[in-house]
Amino acid sequence: MQGKMIARAKELLQNGTVNRVIGWKAGDFAYDITPAVFNSAEELDAGFVYNDFCGANFSKYLVKESRKEGKILVFLKPCDTYSFNQLTKEHRIIRDNIYVVGVPCDGKTDGETLKLKGITGITGIKTEGDSFVVDTLYGEKTIAKADALPERCLSCKSKKHVAYDELLGEDGEVCESNRFDMVEKLEAMSSEERFNFWRGELSRCIRCNACRNVCPACTCERCVFDNDNSGIAQKAAADSFEENMFHIIRAFHVAGRCTDCGECSRVCPQNIPLHLLNRKFIKDINEFYGEFQAGEDTETRAPLNIFDTEDVEPSVVYEKGGN
Amino acid sequence: MQRIGVFVCWCGSNIAATVDVEAVSEALKSEPGVVFSTNYQYMCSEAGQNMIKDAIKEHNLTGVVICSCSPRMHEATFRKTVQGAGLNPYMVEIANIREQCSWIHKDKQTGTEKAIILGKAAIAKVHLNAPLTAGESPVVKRALVIGGGIAGIQTALDIAEAGFDVDIVETKPTIGGKMTQIDKTFPTLDCAACILTPKMVDCAQNEKIHIYSYSEVTAVKGFVGNFTVSIKKKARYVDTTKCTGCGVCTEKCPVKNVPNEFNLGMNNRRAIYIPFAQAVPKVATIDADYCNMLKNGKCGVCSKVCTAGAIDYKQQDEIIEERYGAIVAATGFNPIKLDNFDEFAYSQSKDVITSLEFERLTNAAGPTSGQLLRPSDGKHPHTIVFVQCVGSRDTSGCGKPYCSKICCMYTAKHAMLTREKYPDTDVYVFYIDVRTPGKNFDEFYRRAVEDYNVHYIKGMVGKVAPRADGTLDVQASDLISNEQLHISADLVVLAAAIEPDKSARPLATMLTASMDTNDFFTEAHAKLRPVESPTAGVFLSGTCQGPKDIPETVSQASAAAAKVIGLLCKDKLTCNPCVAHSDEMLCNGCSSCEKVCPYGAITYSDKEFRMPDRTTAIRRVAAVNEAVCQGCGACTVACPSGAMDLKGFSNKQIMAEVDAICK
Repeated sequence: MQGKMIARAKELLQNGTVNRVIGWKAGDFAYDITPAVFNSAEELDAGFVYNDFCGANFSKYLVKESRKEGKILVFLKPCDTYSFNQLTKEHRIIRDNIYVVGVPCDGKTDGETLKLKGITGITGIKTEGDSFVVDTLYGEKTIAKADALPERCLSCKSKKHVAYDELLGEDGEVCESNRFDMVEKLEAMSSEERFNFWRGELSRCIRCNACRNVCPACTCERCVFDNDNSGIAQKAAADSFEENMFHIIRAFHVAGRCTDCGECSRVCPQNIPLHLLNRKFIKDINEFYGEFQAGEDTETRAPLNIFDTEDVEPSVVYEKGGN
Repeated sequence: MQRIGVFVCWCGSNIAATVDVEAVSEALKSEPGVVFSTNYQYMCSEAGQNMIKDAIKEHNLTGVVICSCSPRMHEATFRKTVQGAGLNPYMVEIANIREQCSWIHKDKQTGTEKAIILGKAAIAKVHLNAPLTAGESPVVKRALVIGGGIAGIQTALDIAEAGFDVDIVETKPTIGGKMTQIDKTFPTLDCAACILTPKMVDCAQNEKIHIYSYSEVTAVKGFVGNFTVSIKKKARYVDTTKCTGCGVCTEKCPVKNVPNEFNLGMNNRRAIYIPFAQAVPKVATIDADYCNMLKNGKCGVCSKVCTAGAIDYKQQDEIIEERYGAIVAATGFNPIKLDNFDEFAYSQSKDVITSLEFERLTNAAGPTSGQLLRPSDGKHPHTIVFVQCVGSRDTSGCGKPYCSKICCMYTAKHAMLTREKYPDTDVYVFYIDVRTPGKNFDEFYRRAVEDYNVHYIKGMVGKVAPRADGTLDVQASDLISNEQLHISADLVVLAAAIEPDKSARPLATMLTASMDTNDFFTEAHAKLRPVESPTAGVFLSGTCQGPKDIPETVSQASAAAAKVIGLLCKDKLTCNPCVAHSDEMLCNGCSSCEKVCPYGAITYSDKEFRMPDRTTAIRRVAAVNEAVCQGCGACTVACPSGAMDLKGFSNKQIMAEVDAICK
């Protein structure tokens, strides 16, 4: 696939469809792959990679990139296209300045996960059936995907591209996903257990802002947490409890717009399962207002942006046993 | 720094009994910015208001906090007061220490503590208040009445009488409502049709009134003085401008087995029908559920016999949009379904009927041409049992907790009329209480008992059991003689509770008008503003607001009309200056606000901005049309970036209040 992608990118550069390409570039280590903009065929040959470590979702980069001169080529995996649609819908990216090539994805792992499983000295990776075959300094190691994939991939919601100009490879289907299983477990906890669960998870937060910075739904011109004039910029920093509230506030901010791409959990250096907060909102929205997948298209009104006579009454809180 | 004055009201003992007002004014004195703090028996009185004015002048106050009742009650009063002393009216904040404090607390210490906190929150907010200036908006001189029963008719006639255009939207093919189905009216016993139909005709003939029959309201946008309403004119497959109402089609139509809703299904009508002889508009309607031509394209008889060429099988629903200055809800009532009251055997025996069905059985235009005959065998009933409060005053959950108010009187009427016309009939009425307040009402009921010998028995019927011989075994208790009764009845009449029409709740949502738990519309004030909804420009007429008899409905209908006329007389309304505005530097251009705005007040445009690094950028940003914005605040919560804010209720002000409360 990597070869095909480079070849196609070169063609599109050559025929003037685009003047640059956003893609994945090898880092210092094989698993340490970084988003990068490539301006020429030479640059592509030198650094472009696409393999099982290429988890990054490029949609958000397009907020800035699509406002630059000329058209940019972007490679999007199925789940990235949902973020792409959502950003198009919100007028955050200029669709006309982007050429989307959809590429297939069978789940992306990362170096940290493999290291935790005892695979070190990684030099390369490939997929063989349901396993990853990892090249290491100590020889080839095989690990089942089920053991190496993050939850977002194990509970993949869709292998179908919902936005593209052309596809490389076969398009997939929307998946039957069990992505709300963990949310259900959390819902089944007593409020005290749940509080302790989240205090435990969130207490590890070092407030590096990686989750916010990577999140394709967090594209505000100026984030409220950076805006002294909002009067709440320091609210989430007052003490450790309020610090934890940062994530709850952020989940509220992206509610109804989050496509569940899972980037927040992928980039968290403390391995906080942040996507669970978003999934709780998605699950609630589905239950209260009917099934809704943010980013599925660019037209459907989001449930939280619409009022209708069938909307749930606030009493639903009591009916569901809340207080 | 603001110079703030705090005024704590006792509201007689309403507040002072549960809140130590002296302690409140004393505690708030030491809040930052407070230069004056006092308390007084009635702040809203002339003396109280003068106290505020004097303090503004004497202490050079720039902001005022009134700790009193709900802002709903007196915010406008106090805004006027400070304006009189030269302060901008929006420099007042009300701390609600009555409805949200003294009235809900019993313990004075708790009440006092809470009042102080509420006062602190208001002080924190007023620190961030800025003077606001109100604009003006025009008034569309046209009213909409939703519902064409006696309430809607009377309201429309009165509005038209004052010279304003008024439209009636009625879901049924004719106006007239429930009153058309009633035979005689208490307490004078005039014939309902005789007094109603002239009013229906007046509506049709009044050039100021336009009737949209067989139509419904599908969407309401806008605000007081400026509503835009979508009305769906349902396809009746008859061109109303051509139909002469001759009725030939309704005689020739081969589909004869359609339950006639006007007679509550006790006889049949055709698939094309005119509900009753005096219908307004008197035009035919095709019932698409039964018409062979519409169902399978085979028939066309009505089209052949119609000399006016009015039949149009291709007619479609049509949605029109009209603008109004005021809207009156007059959606009326229905008797409840009796599924929960199977002990009365309503579903088991044709001879157990509701009171409204009884009306049809005694009406000359009814299924029996006015002869009181048993539905089962068409024989004269000789023993009739009336059961009151079927589903009314019912706290078991099967029925309604309220008193339906009209049943005592109409049951007395039914009982009396039966005894008058058929003196050989034994009539029993079972009741919990007989409630007959009203002019000439109790006299009417006593006549039923004393002159017509109706057997009134205090107690409820426990069970009605149909027997093989066709009679009904009525098992009941007589609470006064404390004994069980078994009456062998020929007919049982159930005074079913009344409930608001099912269309009321979706309508209330469209109008953003509030409702109570029983789906009756809520008044702006239960005593002092009984015909206005809390939503400006929306008025209430008839039983949609609560159970009412005809004279009460008509009075309320006229009262609602008076309020509408008062509004439509004005050329301009003062706008609310507490409107939204967008900080363009924060705006993401995402359109969330535009999508949630119920008034269409937000538009987007591409604008050029100077960016920090000496470049320019084109950005898509929102702008608010302040004349159209109603300050609902929906955009401020939808806005993901916090660019949208509400003047007078800014995010910062709300946060300041929360901070003050949490401190």
